[in-house]
Amino acid sequence: MDSSITRRTGVLLLIFTFSSFLHGSRGEIPTQPTGGSVTILPPVNLDNAPQAYPDPVKENMPVFTMNYQRIQLPFEITLWVLLASFAKIGFNVYHKITIWVPESCLLISIGLIVGGIMYSVHEEPPAVLSRNVFFLYMLPPIVLDSGYFMPTRPFFENIGTVLWFAVVGTLWNSIGIGVSLFAICQIEVFGVQDINLQENLLFATIISAVDPVAVLSVFEDVSVNEQLYIVVFGECLFNDAVTVVLYNMFNFVALMPEVEPVDVFLGVGRFFVVGLGGMGFGIVFGFVAAFTTRFTFKVREIEPLFIFMYSYLAYLVAELFNISSIMAIVTCALTMKYYVEENVSQRSCTTIRHVVKMLGSISETLIFFFLGVVTITTDHEWNWGYILFTLLFAFLWRGLGVLVLTQIINPFRTIPFNFKDQFGLAYGGLRGAVSFALAFTLPENIVRKQLFVTATIAIILFTVFLQGISIRPLIELVNVRRTNRNLDTINVEIHCRLMEHTVAGIEDLCGQWSHFYWKDKFLKFNNRILRKILIRDNRAESSIVALYKRLELQNAMEILDNVSGDISATPSIVSLYEEKKSSAKPKKKFLATDVKNMHDILSKNMYKIRQRTVSYTNKHALPNDSHSREILMRRHTSIRRSLRPGSFQSSVVPKYFSLPAGKSLDTKYPPRRQIYTDDLETMSEVVYHSRPSRFGKPARSSSRAMMPLRRLDTLTEAPSVNLLDESTGEERGSSRRGTSRTNSSSSDSHIPAPHRPFHSSVENDSSSAYNIRSGHHEVEEEQQQQPPPPAWVATPRDNAAQNPLLRRPQWNPKKM
Amino acid sequence: MGSKSSSLNKIPNAQELMQETGFSAAHILRLYERFEFLDVDQMGELRPEDFGAIRELSMNPIGDRIISAFFSPGKETVDFASFVRILAHFRSTETNRTRDGAQPEPANSRTRKLKFAFQLYDQDRDGKISREELLQVLRTMMEMQVTEEQLQSIAERAIQEADLDQDDAISFDEFRKSMEKVDIDHKMSIRFLS
Repeated sequence: MDSSITRRTGVLLLIFTFSSFLHGSRGEIPTQPTGGSVTILPPVNLDNAPQAYPDPVKENMPVFTMNYQRIQLPFEITLWVLLASFAKIGFNVYHKITIWVPESCLLISIGLIVGGIMYSVHEEPPAVLSRNVFFLYMLPPIVLDSGYFMPTRPFFENIGTVLWFAVVGTLWNSIGIGVSLFAICQIEVFGVQDINLQENLLFATIISAVDPVAVLSVFEDVSVNEQLYIVVFGECLFNDAVTVVLYNMFNFVALMPEVEPVDVFLGVGRFFVVGLGGMGFGIVFGFVAAFTTRFTFKVREIEPLFIFMYSYLAYLVAELFNISSIMAIVTCALTMKYYVEENVSQRSCTTIRHVVKMLGSISETLIFFFLGVVTITTDHEWNWGYILFTLLFAFLWRGLGVLVLTQIINPFRTIPFNFKDQFGLAYGGLRGAVSFALAFTLPENIVRKQLFVTATIAIILFTVFLQGISIRPLIELVNVRRTNRNLDTINVEIHCRLMEHTVAGIEDLCGQWSHFYWKDKFLKFNNRILRKILIRDNRAESSIVALYKRLELQNAMEILDNVSGDISATPSIVSLYEEKKSSAKPKKKFLATDVKNMHDILSKNMYKIRQRTVSYTNKHALPNDSHSREILMRRHTSIRRSLRPGSFQSSVVPKYFSLPAGKSLDTKYPPRRQIYTDDLETMSEVVYHSRPSRFGKPARSSSRAMMPLRRLDTLTEAPSVNLLDESTGEERGSSRRGTSRTNSSSSDSHIPAPHRPFHSSVENDSSSAYNIRSGHHEVEEEQQQQPPPPAWVATPRDNAAQNPLLRRPQWNPKKM
Repeated sequence: MGSKSSSLNKIPNAQELMQETGFSAAHILRLYERFEFLDVDQMGELRPEDFGAIRELSMNPIGDRIISAFFSPGKETVDFASFVRILAHFRSTETNRTRDGAQPEPANSRTRKLKFAFQLYDQDRDGKISREELLQVLRTMMEMQVTEEQLQSIAERAIQEADLDQDDAISFDEFRKSMEKVDIDHKMSIRFLS
């Protein structure tokens, strides 16, 4: 397409302009203290102040001056970041590329080009890969990103496998590759005899660190089964502990003339210190962060700051003690997320996610970019034999490792890995940023450092390009087990919960434990103790209820979005989404036929509900469960104008939408909940034993202040039954929502405010059943629909004879 | 394994059980040990009180339903064969040995697992999960404070999501359909120790 080509050319031109600018700008700099290479050190310059010596020649007031040194450092950083981001824009223009070639490959390619340019003009790239810059500034955002968006439930279900592969797998790889390379070194023809065992082991450690960034995005696109995904993901994060320990150990050992057996034991001890210490720090900081956010409700603007500061602090403190900082920051993010997201406001939550993603994305982009740049500009030492054998052994040992380890751990898994999964696991072991940085930070006194660097770069490039590009067709060819992600229904949630309890019970029966047991225990502990301490409003919410609310909210949104425009022509789902985006339409009143059509549309739309919050999110996109709320914010102003103000309740937006009848949101909801808390047991007991009487009893009508409102025929005769067959509960739920608005307005005036425990709770059931949905509306910043005003009639008792809860406007004609 | 086969002999119908349920000899043996452990008065049969003695199970929200699933309607006790047959539902289908078509559907097939779950709801065995039955289960499972109206609405929504023939209850087919995308094998399997 012409436009895309022009755009890409434009982008490339921009890139070239920028790089030449960088070159040109550097030409003006006076000689740096460190010789040819430009390091990112703040240049010491005295040019800020005006010159103090007397000027022999009188100069006039300079109109235009320039002072580059002053801004040099931030300026260059900004330019590099922009350059890398432009590259990212550039190849997303033609999106088919990103399907077949992972982004990391593309970034490296662009980096190679830019590196080539810089090399040809004899420039040095900025020393991004110095130890400090990489490990202190560039790595934490990436790890935070991974840790924050890790799907927790599958992770904890598979934690044994993850740790097994991370720890033992990395050990296996390092030692295997190291020893084999050492054997190769003995062969004279390759000319690398001077590399001793320790150095080989060190090198092997560096290249065992997997970094499957590219693979993860492929896995997501292809929807591979959750187990495989989480193991690859988790392994990448957690093998850092082992890598760091081994690296430091072999580093230490390589510098020492001899090794004693006690050092090996100390090494093992150090591993535990590093790993567990990292986790410990992370958990501590996570809890502190969660506790802090408990008190931040007055300072909502800086809430996201706490997240970042605490995570970074965890990272730095771990670095201080030379323990695994990556594990610290990952565990901190994992721990903190659950509690923080309940404490902070919705906007802060969105902000946090956006910023975490953004920082992670930038860092990753920059790292791969610089990988490309540095490839060209460093001195390489190439040794065919060594490098080729390294590649061979890397593949070999990983494959073997996966095979052997899977065989050992499969009996312990409920769902064993089959060979296809193992293939995915083995082939998904790409190397990336961490290997790169570790290679660069090898101490200088290793003789063959350049060879190692070259070999590392070769491996990274090879795996990223070859495996990264080919993994997608291979995964599809091999037909790895996929997962079903579209499971957002209440039914599934409830039944899955039931199954979990069942399996836990059966396991107790058989006298064996598994993760269900621990999960149960942890959840109990969590609810009893942790939540009370760490969460401000401890309104514990079951995930079923949370899902239910989200779904209801979703449908409310969709109804509102559909109010506008001409709907009687039943648009397709695609056009419906387009309609959502375009907002400039005149708002009509709610007609009966519109309501019907909306529900048809909604029923078809139901399974487009977005993913649950944290599971299995796309690496390069945000999880967008707050999308619906954002739509809400955007549109409420336009909608509010066109709707009747009516008898709204307060406009505060709390997070809990279920609202008992007649109550305003902020004041009375908490006390009401407590009342339920107290007599939930009594209520359920009573309900259980008097079940028939409760549902059959019409006699409460006298104490019921609210008249049941029955939909008039205008609405019931509209839908035909066969449309309903396709539909699901969304339709009816939303219809009730549509009509429940006036419900609440009339009920407000009727429901008596005080109430006694049991009766009132049941009394208010039906009204509140209506009002749950109207509560949604009242809460949602006075979003309103316009139910047909004349359609509401207070009907006499015949409806109350049935279960008051069932006494809802029924779409089902036969029920009326 | 001489000791195992001699121990197997004291289990009545061990071979048929193995054939029928797909458990290996080691599994059967271990389950028999567990059975005997639970059977405190050594009657060869389990009564509801024996199940109730398992502490964790009694704290399970649906523990009583699970226990009653072991007892066939009308019977007061559970013998070892029934015990194993029920537990056979929870074998992972991955370990199914290949069977010829003449054999009846194995106990741990997806349908049978779903049926087991279905019967946990449907205590009165009328083939449908009514609203009240769903509500009861919801109540017991929601150990956190949930308001009654929330429960009602959730149950309402659940029924309407799944109820295709508008009879305000969920039949087994509707149940199965609503769970068609879920990996039941993963969710309803345990790894039997041997």
